[in-house]
Amino acid sequence: MNLILLCLIMVVLTVIGYWLGQRQAVSAAGGDARRLHSLPSYHGFYVALCALLPAIVLFVLWLIVEPIIAEQVLISRLPAEVQSQDPNALRLLVGDIKSLALGNIVSREIDASLQAAADGYASVRGAGRLGMTVAVLALLLAGAAWAWRRISVDHRARNGVEMIASGIMILASTIAILTTLGIIFSLLFETGRFFEKVPFFEFLFGTKWSPQTALRADQVGASGAFGAIPLFAGTLLITVIAICVAVPVGLCSAIYMSEYAGPRLRALAKPALEILAGVPTVVYGFFAALTVAPFFRNSGEALGLTVSSESALAAGVVMGIMIIPFVSSLSDDVMNAVPQTLRDGAYALGATKSETIRQVIVPAALPGIVGAVLLAVSRAIGETMIVVMAAGLAANLTANPFEAVTTVTVQIVTLLVGDQEFDSAKTLAAFALGLVLFATTLALNVVALNVVRKYREKYD
Amino acid sequence: MTEVAAPITEIRRPDLSGKRVARRYAAERRFRAYGLTAIFIAVAMLGLLLVSIVSKGYSAFVQTYVELEINFDAAKIDPDGTRDPAKLAAFNYQGLVNDALYAQFPDVTERRERRSLRGLIGNSAGIELRDMVLADPGLIGTTREVAFKSSDDFDTFVKGHISRDLAEADRRVKDQEIAWIDALEADGQVDVRFNTTFFTTGDSREPEQAGIWGAAVGSFLTLTITLLLSFPIGVLAAVYLEEFAPKNRLTDLIEVNINNLAAVPSIVFGLLGLAVFLNFLGMPRSAPLVGGMVLALMTLPTIIIAARAALKAVPPSIREAALGVGASRLQTVTHHVLPLAMPGILTGTIIGMAQALGETAPLLMIGMVAFIVDIPGGFTDPATVLPVQIYLWADAPERAFVAKTSAAIMVLLTFLIFMNAVAVLLRKRFERRW
Repeated sequence: MNLILLCLIMVVLTVIGYWLGQRQAVSAAGGDARRLHSLPSYHGFYVALCALLPAIVLFVLWLIVEPIIAEQVLISRLPAEVQSQDPNALRLLVGDIKSLALGNIVSREIDASLQAAADGYASVRGAGRLGMTVAVLALLLAGAAWAWRRISVDHRARNGVEMIASGIMILASTIAILTTLGIIFSLLFETGRFFEKVPFFEFLFGTKWSPQTALRADQVGASGAFGAIPLFAGTLLITVIAICVAVPVGLCSAIYMSEYAGPRLRALAKPALEILAGVPTVVYGFFAALTVAPFFRNSGEALGLTVSSESALAAGVVMGIMIIPFVSSLSDDVMNAVPQTLRDGAYALGATKSETIRQVIVPAALPGIVGAVLLAVSRAIGETMIVVMAAGLAANLTANPFEAVTTVTVQIVTLLVGDQEFDSAKTLAAFALGLVLFATTLALNVVALNVVRKYREKYD
Repeated sequence: MTEVAAPITEIRRPDLSGKRVARRYAAERRFRAYGLTAIFIAVAMLGLLLVSIVSKGYSAFVQTYVELEINFDAAKIDPDGTRDPAKLAAFNYQGLVNDALYAQFPDVTERRERRSLRGLIGNSAGIELRDMVLADPGLIGTTREVAFKSSDDFDTFVKGHISRDLAEADRRVKDQEIAWIDALEADGQVDVRFNTTFFTTGDSREPEQAGIWGAAVGSFLTLTITLLLSFPIGVLAAVYLEEFAPKNRLTDLIEVNINNLAAVPSIVFGLLGLAVFLNFLGMPRSAPLVGGMVLALMTLPTIIIAARAALKAVPPSIREAALGVGASRLQTVTHHVLPLAMPGILTGTIIGMAQALGETAPLLMIGMVAFIVDIPGGFTDPATVLPVQIYLWADAPERAFVAKTSAAIMVLLTFLIFMNAVAVLLRKRFERRW
């Protein structure tokens, strides 16, 4: 709560700075604001920004750096023989000392030396907090004082404020790029570490997936095999099923809505499809696991088929329902964008409405429709919750939709949820799978967005 | 003009016979029918989804209570008569509940039978009694009717989700227990009331004590962070790209990048959060702070795209008028363009927030999937969110959790519908056609 108090103090000081700056500007002009280069409020903003920005930067940096330094201090204070022990044990000990200092539960006996180390750590952290409060507030006041002294009739406060504002805006728009870079580098880095343990070709072309690695050398049945082909095949199978559901239904409803439906039906059906897109995926997962999967299993039993209760069919069909709106709304858009003259031409030749649609409109809109389907495919490949809840965990290499298969996203979740040890091949494999997923969906998106854009330009 | 020889092949003329026209019209009708069927299928699936969830979940909003005659025996609870709270708190109140049950069914004497008799009452009964006595020590020495939550199996049976017709071996509630329940019902001691616990407590392993309040608070904290980060950053980025940015390679790259980021699978953002926020920056696991940051990165493209569309819709004449009377470009934007675009931006933001509220996968990656009983009190406390709670309950083996899960889904959908309704209203109310 100390931090929130500090933030509040910073905000209050900034507001006071704004007010003082404004007043100072007016009094510098001898009470006649028209003599100023910039409006008094710009002088106020100038003071406020000069005070707040450096303070915020320092604040954030301190929050990131201080715990690291405190940990170094803690380790350097430990006895030499403790410091030289195996890094994992040292990390555990440091973790315990930290939680003891915070008053949390500790997994070992608390003895005097441990308590002393914890107290030392707590005092370092306390000193750090105090130092931060003092430093941040001092910087804030210094910035405000500097800006305040610069106020004069000719001071170009508006230009300064606008320059700072555009700097902030540029920074905000680079966050999107930083996110992409962050994704790429974090995935590449962890994947690189994964390929140090598991050969590249074994991962991409191996047909056996069993990510349990042995914890002890003498453990039985935990060799660890990282052949991802069964996962790719399972993802493909479920995606194909989903597309088989979504494309006919989505496309036909888009055609009906853009060409046939009256305004009343449109007003009803379009929101219904949008709701379908807005339902959280975890809800679809629950629906798939508890309603659709048992239904398929029971009907399969009635027909004399063995359908697994985690069949690819159930997950695929529900995923298909989920992506219907992606196909339909984008196809609807592109078909509406086909110029009326093409329709009129076809009618003039005596074509019926359906002939016009099939032979003129759909071919004209085909690139856009293909783009929509590609986007839907990318959505289906990356979808997680439905398959986590309704598809299986066993990596079967099969094309039979009645059997259980597993997918890339399911494996990422199972590998990373629960206890993790960050340098085992098991957890690193999740990042390798994540990289494959990211690359695939990125390629699909780039192609799809380009196709759609090219198509839009054609009729604009 | 010379005589032209008769053509060797017959000229192909359109077949104008009535038969062909009828065939074409039939094809037309079939085609229309396909379209209607497709819409019908999509809407029916939505209906089926909602009906299956409501029919499974409505019963979780009520809870079966059993009224028992409890004798607050002074000799047992407080033999010294000191009314010392520490001693009162240490007493085993579950014993009183058990005594009341044995008194109700005096012919049950065998140990096994007694154990299943005790199983009719939820195991928070003792704690409830203790809290009652601590709040009002005057109860000691009196006898009164107290209503207890029944166990989840009892509850599920009373609500009719366990059929009497099943063979006993397939049934969670055995014949003898049914006889006891019937006897209690005949005495008017079984009562179905509104389930306040569901809306006021955190998670629990016992279905009758599990609630969604903890998850709802977690969702609120997470979304607060998401909103605080993604709204300002998104609006600033959109304003820059739409109003200030020069057209060059860098801004092109940013634009393509934002469009692609909007289509990256959400789980990849979870991996980013795990690798960067948790492992590299050492932030706490399971915290709404980190969850909110991950979701902010995820909703940022949605907000930027919506905000840019809203800014684009403001006609250039407004900008030109402002610039014409001497406003600077920043003044033009902050005084005129941005206020006019605000309804559209807010609509996009609400839709982005609704997406973030329903998102599960990235939060699984950063440890928000832990079993957390306490209501989170701050941004760095361990917490979970509504969709993750749904995921956790969907995995729980107890039959009663199916109803709880569906009920939690209904609560989540209510929030989402509310948010989207606000967005639609905002759009309808403030949308301006230029």
